[in-house]
Amino acid sequence: MQVFRAKRIIKLGLKSLWMHRLRSVLTTMGIVFGVCSVIGMLAIGEGASREAQATIARLGSTNIIIKTVKPPDDMKASGNNTIMSEYGLTYADAERFYESLTNTEVIVPIRRLNQDAWYRNRKAAVEVIGTVPWYTSISSLNVKYGRFLASNDLSYQQGICAIDERLMDAIFKMDNPLGQTIKLAGDYYTVVGIVDSRQGGKTDNEARTGGGDAGGASSGTVYIPLTAVKSRFGELNVSFGTSGGKVEKVELQEITVKVKSMEDVLPTRDMIAAQMEQFHKKKDYDIQVPLEQLREAQRTKRIYSIVLGSIAAISLLVGGIGIMNIMLATVSERTREIGIRRALGAKRKDIITQFITETILLTSIGGILGVVLGVIIPKLVTYFFSMPTVVTGLSLTVAFGVSAVVGIVFGSYPAWRAANVHPIESLRHE
Amino acid sequence: MQNIVEIQNLTKSYVIGTSQLDVLKGIDFSVSRGEYVAIMGPSGSGKSTLLNMLGCLDKPTSGVYKLGGSDVMSMNDDELSEIRGKEIGFIFQSYNLIQQLNVIENIEIPMFYQGISEHESKVRATDLAVMVGLADRVHHRPFELSGGQQQRVAIARALANNPLVVLADEPTGNLDTKNGVDILSVFDQLNKSGRTLIVVTHDSRVAQRAGRVIHLLDGQIDRQVYN
Ligand SMILES: Nc1ncnc2c1ncn2[C@@H]1O[C@H](COP(=O)(O)OP(=O)(O)OP(=O)(O)O)[C@@H](O)[C@H]1O
Ligand SMILES: [Mg+2]
Repeated sequence: MQVFRAKRIIKLGLKSLWMHRLRSVLTTMGIVFGVCSVIGMLAIGEGASREAQATIARLGSTNIIIKTVKPPDDMKASGNNTIMSEYGLTYADAERFYESLTNTEVIVPIRRLNQDAWYRNRKAAVEVIGTVPWYTSISSLNVKYGRFLASNDLSYQQGICAIDERLMDAIFKMDNPLGQTIKLAGDYYTVVGIVDSRQGGKTDNEARTGGGDAGGASSGTVYIPLTAVKSRFGELNVSFGTSGGKVEKVELQEITVKVKSMEDVLPTRDMIAAQMEQFHKKKDYDIQVPLEQLREAQRTKRIYSIVLGSIAAISLLVGGIGIMNIMLATVSERTREIGIRRALGAKRKDIITQFITETILLTSIGGILGVVLGVIIPKLVTYFFSMPTVVTGLSLTVAFGVSAVVGIVFGSYPAWRAANVHPIESLRHE
Repeated sequence: MQNIVEIQNLTKSYVIGTSQLDVLKGIDFSVSRGEYVAIMGPSGSGKSTLLNMLGCLDKPTSGVYKLGGSDVMSMNDDELSEIRGKEIGFIFQSYNLIQQLNVIENIEIPMFYQGISEHESKVRATDLAVMVGLADRVHHRPFELSGGQQQRVAIARALANNPLVVLADEPTGNLDTKNGVDILSVFDQLNKSGRTLIVVTHDSRVAQRAGRVIHLLDGQIDRQVYN
């Protein structure tokens, strides 16, 4: 009985909105755009934040990353005359960390250079990473076939290497690379393992390290024992810039210190910073703490949510005021109808129900359209601007719920006005 | 005979600013079941005001008003709405149909507020439309109908809840002679079938057909004429 009545009231409301379809559509627009922009913004925010968190998580939250940075004054000096510049992290730094730092799990020094790798007559520009076997514990590297570097390789400066899948695809094509040799700068290295490629083949956290890293696009990565790099490549990087030849001496591009627990991160960072300050006259290094970045990202996200929340509230408020405005106009335009209904037996609450229903229908329809657009638009944003977006169920629910509440809140006053129209006066109304 | 409408010393005053305007100044009369009463009088004499009080659209300032035995004077807004919907059928000079609704839907309005089921109200509305001669117009909207046809819809709507009394304020006022006579003959039929009618009018033809004419003058009953 009540259900049937509700159905008829909704039918009546829909009918009356249909009678004034243009106005209904225009009125609803405010809510549609409010809801869809809220969902869209939240989706972009969520996407950005997840991407940031994923990047940071890849760097590891118990890691402290010390990187070689080309010192600013060095850059100036390297104008014309400097033949060789020497800067950056050294083996001595790594040694010192081994000896002085407690609470560390692993310490991973990394030497990085760009070379051409040859297999038979096929060539590929690669990034050579000279490192230690436990490199795997600070990166999300997975061994696909064979093995990664081992302790023996390090001790005996073995001419072996692990390559990533991109390089395998680039130069081995159909051949099985395990056991084959590749040539790097005149030396031969036996492939002992295949590892997966880092995301997108990008060297995201390495892009800005110094050491003559030409930063050119590489089509793969080769991992070789750090000792082998030291003995075979030496520590000089020669690069030819616009100002002529340039020689740089950089021992290590990066040292990653992984501590035992998150509590150890900041104290260890401070100790490292103190040591580095003591032993490096120039600021030729940079210390990064993914944990701090993670916290920073979370803080940013919180602020972002508050800002977006406020924008959401404001846009829906504006939409709501628009609706209230139109409903008030509707009430005065339909004064006569209200009078007729009152004369024919409608109680105040029937009139209130009628007008509130119309407003809620308007805002809910707007909400539904807004949700639909709110799901589609982030997809378009992702497609056209390759920005990551994540539409969460929560944001849809909240946006739609708020639009319905807006209907109740902003529909109440017009409905109350309608119900208090005096029957006789409204019948006299033209 | 049973009195459906009973009013005694009924007054209605409006306060405008600081002054008080007494529109009805003590009216006494009663109407029994099946009567056809016309109310006449010069413009501004209070006819519409009296009819609105009878129709429970507003409460009199003082006096006694009993409709079908219920004390209207003590009713609150909801009870007034209830009794309007159940016991009163209104017919207005300007028809007062809802333009967006078709004939059937207009006739259904009073039934909707009495909680009559959709199916039943459709059936009843269709019967009433047929009865007032609009069988072939049920899906038309008011602006597609002539004045006389619109007034027929209003009559059908007034009968929807089988009211105790049908009240009409100048029902022929907007109609030409032919259509006016048409409507009056519908009234005759209604009265013949036992309906109680109270009609406010300037139209002397109504007075000829009514069983009694109450002449109002300056908010008071001047005289009553029985035919
Ligand atoms: N709401 C109101 N406030 C103040 N005065 C009112 C109100 N309603 C009616 N009146 C006054 O009451 C008097 C009677 O009005 P009413 O409409 O009853 O006259 P009537 O007899 O129906 O006249 P007509 O034949 O012109 O329709 C008029 O002087 C009118 O101005
Ligand atoms: Mg009048």
